[in-house]
Amino acid sequence: MFDVFIDQFWQLTFSGISLGFIYVLIALGYTMVYGVLRMINFANSEIFMWGTFGAIVASRDLFKYTQTSDPVTGPKLVLVLVVQLFAAMAFAGLVAVLVEFVAYRRLRARGTNRLATLISAIGMSIVLSEVMRLLTASRPVGSPRILEKIILTEIWGAQIRLDTLITILAAGAIFIILERFVKLSRMGKAIRAVSMNEDAAKLMGINLNRVITVTFLVGGLATGAAAFFYVTVYEYTKFNIGFTMGLAAFTAAVLGGIGNIRGAFFGGIALGLAEVYAASILGTQWKSVTIFIILVLVLLFKPSGLFGEAVTQTRA
Amino acid sequence: MHLEVKDLHVHYGKIEAIKGVSIVVNEGEIVTLIGANGAGKTTMLKTISGLRPASSGQIIFNGQDITSVPAHKRVDLGLSQAPEGRGIFPGMTVLENLEMGKFHRHDRKSEMSEDLEKIYTLFPRLKERTSQAGGTLSGGEQQMLAIGRALMARPKVLLLDEPSMGLAPQMIANIFRIITEINKTGVTILLVEQNAQQALQRAHRAYILETGNVVKEAKASDLLNDPAVREAYLGTGAH
Repeated sequence: MFDVFIDQFWQLTFSGISLGFIYVLIALGYTMVYGVLRMINFANSEIFMWGTFGAIVASRDLFKYTQTSDPVTGPKLVLVLVVQLFAAMAFAGLVAVLVEFVAYRRLRARGTNRLATLISAIGMSIVLSEVMRLLTASRPVGSPRILEKIILTEIWGAQIRLDTLITILAAGAIFIILERFVKLSRMGKAIRAVSMNEDAAKLMGINLNRVITVTFLVGGLATGAAAFFYVTVYEYTKFNIGFTMGLAAFTAAVLGGIGNIRGAFFGGIALGLAEVYAASILGTQWKSVTIFIILVLVLLFKPSGLFGEAVTQTRA
Repeated sequence: MHLEVKDLHVHYGKIEAIKGVSIVVNEGEIVTLIGANGAGKTTMLKTISGLRPASSGQIIFNGQDITSVPAHKRVDLGLSQAPEGRGIFPGMTVLENLEMGKFHRHDRKSEMSEDLEKIYTLFPRLKERTSQAGGTLSGGEQQMLAIGRALMARPKVLLLDEPSMGLAPQMIANIFRIITEINKTGVTILLVEQNAQQALQRAHRAYILETGNVVKEAKASDLLNDPAVREAYLGTGAH
């Protein structure tokens, strides 16, 4: 069974990295919120799922694409892709902010314990996926092909496909922009301050509620970008895709050290590779099992993650 | 009158931590709140800076009732706190920590460097450590940073929560000397301390807090010479 793995090693690596970048961006959604609130936003997986619908709504309803439309090229292609990306980000960002406002803000104001917030998060997650189930009558929704799956070149026997290459480059760029935002911008500094010491941050004149809203927004935007790449590569979505993707991305965040932005990067890529390698060696049906095993192992032996030793020291 | 607290009550759940405390801090004064552990000193400061909600009573600052003003807006009014346990941002450099002190103001860089110079003159040690992470500083340096950061906001009233906690005697003397210096530049100071000796030597007036009540209010120098106070809080009473 290792023959195939060795034979296709570079091809697998390339797809693993591309999948990994999608995980990186979703993991950012978990990690940003955790960094500020010390709370796992279990609804993030459904925020992702809503983002995929944002991307499809944009191409289908805004540009009237159908499965039989002729492929576009040139500037029009770029325009469609950019609008799709923004739509997915906007959908997910908006849902994320709404989730915070509806499900968490009041609990926080009342000073309830974290268990209550956690249950509220799971509740929101169910609501979001069930609403989408009703809206789509439980059916999968295909995305018309916008980006042709052109093979650009071959490196070491690995076919470099246009859509996966764009995923890697654009997702990488978005990650860098968000990381810089948190590191350098005024709001980013406020986010870091709150994550290190909430009370001290308030004493600096930082409006906690605003910081939390922005944190959910930024996490949602990252998750939405991931949703766009997912749709571009897999050309399909369904009300229940959030669960597996969310679980994988959550595992990635934990693996890298939740709360740690760079940890999300390494965790995401590592998990993407692990998943693709495991699928090749053990068979595709072992994909989810592998993710669960990694999650359990990390929680058992290194709960702070690979880079999470001192969240506030290394963060951003 | 700069800061006045009227009949303040504060609860933690069902436990009443502050049971109707009234204090006054006049412009230009150093006023100290002394008392044993658990007397409610930190709760008083947290309520004044807005980190804890008051159950009842009033906090009046410069003639304005700020009891329900959120913490982050009290900084704008000129109320700044160096919190309990220093509360510095460990992953930020000394300079970044100081910059956070001015976060609420959208100042230009030039104004920033002016304020920075003042802080560095007050605490030359911080200047040497500018680009070091706050979490790697010694306890004394962290305390300097916490006070320096609070001063960056150009406060009218500075709230200090146990600045001597966990510091070596020499550093304690140093910090208290600087507190007097800050006061001389026109900053009113409300100081919470367990180190009553130092606090009373530096302060103009003092309140003694016991389990959520003010049990005594007097000029600091009088308390220093009060045998009962010496015995209870200074550990040097005549036996």
